[in-house]
Amino acid sequence: MTAPALADMPTAGGFLLVLAIMLPIAGVLLQFMLGGRQAERIALLVMPAGLAVAVAVTAALVRSGRPLVYHLGSLAPPLGLSLRADGFSALMLMTTALIVGAIGLFARADFATPTGPVEARQPFVFWTLLLALWSALAVVFLGQDLFTLYVGLELLTFGAVPLVSLDGRAETLTAALRYLLFALFGSAFFLAGTVLFYGEYGTLDIALLAARTHPDTTSAIAVAMMTAGLLAKTALFPFHLWLPPAHAGAPAPASALLSSLVVKGPFFLVVRLWFGAMPGLTDLPAAQLLGALGAGAVLFGGVLALRQPRLKPLIAYSTVAQLGYLFLMFPLAGGEGLPASVRMAVWTGGAVQAVSHAFAKAAMFAGAGLIGQALGHDRIGGLRGVGRALPVTTFALALAGLSLMGLPPSGGFLAKWLLVRASIVTAQWWWAALVLAGGLLAGGYIFRIIAPALSAPEQPLPAIPAPARRREAVVLALALVSVLLGVVPFGLTTLLAVGSPAIAHIVPR
Amino acid sequence: MTIGLLLDFFLVILALAAGWWTIGAKDSFGAAVAFVAYGLVLALIWVRIAAPDVALTEAAIGSGLTGGMLIAASTRLESARQATRAGSVTRRLAIALSALVAAAPALAVLGLPDPPPSLATAAMAALPSTGLGNPVTGVLLAYRAVDTLLEKVVLILALLGTWSLAPDRLWGGLPGRKERRNAASPLTLLGQVLPPIGIVIGLHILWVGADEPGGAFQGGTILAAMGMLAVMAGLVDVPATSRRWLRLLVVAGPGLFLIVGLAGFVIAGGFLAYPAGFAKPLILVVEVVLTLSVAAILLLLLAGPPEREPPR
Repeated sequence: MTAPALADMPTAGGFLLVLAIMLPIAGVLLQFMLGGRQAERIALLVMPAGLAVAVAVTAALVRSGRPLVYHLGSLAPPLGLSLRADGFSALMLMTTALIVGAIGLFARADFATPTGPVEARQPFVFWTLLLALWSALAVVFLGQDLFTLYVGLELLTFGAVPLVSLDGRAETLTAALRYLLFALFGSAFFLAGTVLFYGEYGTLDIALLAARTHPDTTSAIAVAMMTAGLLAKTALFPFHLWLPPAHAGAPAPASALLSSLVVKGPFFLVVRLWFGAMPGLTDLPAAQLLGALGAGAVLFGGVLALRQPRLKPLIAYSTVAQLGYLFLMFPLAGGEGLPASVRMAVWTGGAVQAVSHAFAKAAMFAGAGLIGQALGHDRIGGLRGVGRALPVTTFALALAGLSLMGLPPSGGFLAKWLLVRASIVTAQWWWAALVLAGGLLAGGYIFRIIAPALSAPEQPLPAIPAPARRREAVVLALALVSVLLGVVPFGLTTLLAVGSPAIAHIVPR
Repeated sequence: MTIGLLLDFFLVILALAAGWWTIGAKDSFGAAVAFVAYGLVLALIWVRIAAPDVALTEAAIGSGLTGGMLIAASTRLESARQATRAGSVTRRLAIALSALVAAAPALAVLGLPDPPPSLATAAMAALPSTGLGNPVTGVLLAYRAVDTLLEKVVLILALLGTWSLAPDRLWGGLPGRKERRNAASPLTLLGQVLPPIGIVIGLHILWVGADEPGGAFQGGTILAAMGMLAVMAGLVDVPATSRRWLRLLVVAGPGLFLIVGLAGFVIAGGFLAYPAGFAKPLILVVEVVLTLSVAAILLLLLAGPPEREPPR
């Protein structure tokens, strides 16, 4: 096969991929060394620079219409390692840069460094791990070697877990420990599969693997172990047990990062594995199993979200449900002789769902943080009148909810519509029914928040300290992006087609 | 039947027995001790399958450092020693899952091609360009340098995560409790006698790593162990975690690695590329600093989160 080998020659502008990873890494090292107030300053400096890199990567992809590739140490795989950005990677890089930047601005009030020479625990840990998570996600989105991706997952785990227990309460420590155990099991499984792949094919490079892999017992076991590990990390039903206490217990800005970005990393690697390293897997019944787990997540997460008495656990269960839709990509993109246009529609649907959920969920957790601070609690029963006290935040929550429900014109609508259409074209109507049922459940739990917020308070609310307008503006901006993704999809389709394995591997096998 | 085969058989039995002992131990302390033994048997097995670099790492990290951490944790959790036994359903599920997890890779390994495809020849062929003699060091610091760099950042994050468990008011303080110095204790004698020898061995392992089995991680672990011995004997104290020089020591290794990598853009035409003829000296410098950082990080990880007031 000459085509994949050609596709992975280094390209001009490939050094941008190195910068996308190393800029936040350099930030982390400087933060750790200089400490104190510098931790926050460095984070705020890296944000625009990292965003500029993500924009440059995206622009290069759109301009050339080809993926960016870089060979580290000027050494080609299989001996060396390469980085590669296709359209999906670039979109995820942009999403990460924008959300990290927005949550960084939002978190300045929560994690302000006290003046004076003494360093404070929570701000220092938060600002350092913010950049650490960014670099970890960049490795996950750009790495082209399974072991490099394993290291990326480790960075992600050790960046995410301490954020859960940042406030030091005993229950959040328990949640963090449970998350750590799930994540470490996931890492071990991923590593075991990686070893098996090397033993069978003598390379860990995804492009080379794509040309060499063939479905046999060893490969099946390797993929099964890696997928199981990744599902534990991304919290797909029934491995979701760790997610609600962890995401609901963390401080609001940390919850926003964990729920919008961190869980997307392992999902992205399942896609890399199933579409990239071992194309053809989606034709197998195993893809239906992934879809079925996704369905379980949509229904189970939705029903439990309806039953939560508090706002943050409700939003966390909503994440469990929304992650389920992502796994409909696998059964829908398979099947012999499926036209490239359908595969591409499924690919786009999955990517847009990942991105629009990221923006919507970041907005919701940040908004929930503002409401919690204003009211002093986040009981849903006590939300009456919040719409008057915090109109912008309530409006943002409603907008983000639109995207979660999948109502037009939101990004969530576009994603779910693409998935529903594909399920009808491929005569798998049950997935369409699932998407509609999931939308109803989402409508129910969003209504539980918005309805009391818009009603008049039974008794006058206690004097609510007005949160800084800028913080509300950040929440609104995040929610707006999740909606606008449905209005301007055309550029997205072009970007997502660049280097997409959904249309690259339709060669008959 | 050759002696080698008999030895292999014996090691496998030992490994299984040590594994069984670890799982079946009555309390967490016993399990930790058994785990150390298990790690040592594994190290011997690595030697038998001609992977001395892995054997050194297994002995130093898998057995030594992890064992030390587990023992320290189990003495801390004095009250939880007699851990509550899980219910019979949970236990059966755990056994079934463990059996599955053990059986699946075993089945997969049986299906591997023989001889397996390998990059070993390619790794040896490219070695002259690095000036190194040990292909493992070539993989770690040249071919897959970025993995090594990122792994060191993972270590720093692990340290930060450990520190983050401290109460707010102790942030920046001294880790652990102050050990009392007791001149009559055998630990004091060990703490005085062993470190000079251990430091020489650690530096030797670092130095020969370029051409023989060894390297930054193994060397750094031995240095950390010597430091820990001196701390446990009460001869020295762990510095406060807010100390600027300590923070610098922790990031110096990955920091220098990153600088050398970025300099590669200018002097060698690519990130983490080394200019022809300068690869070995650059790698050695990076390894020396990495060793010091690894030693500092591991020592601090063993010492745990700050438990004493920061210096004013």
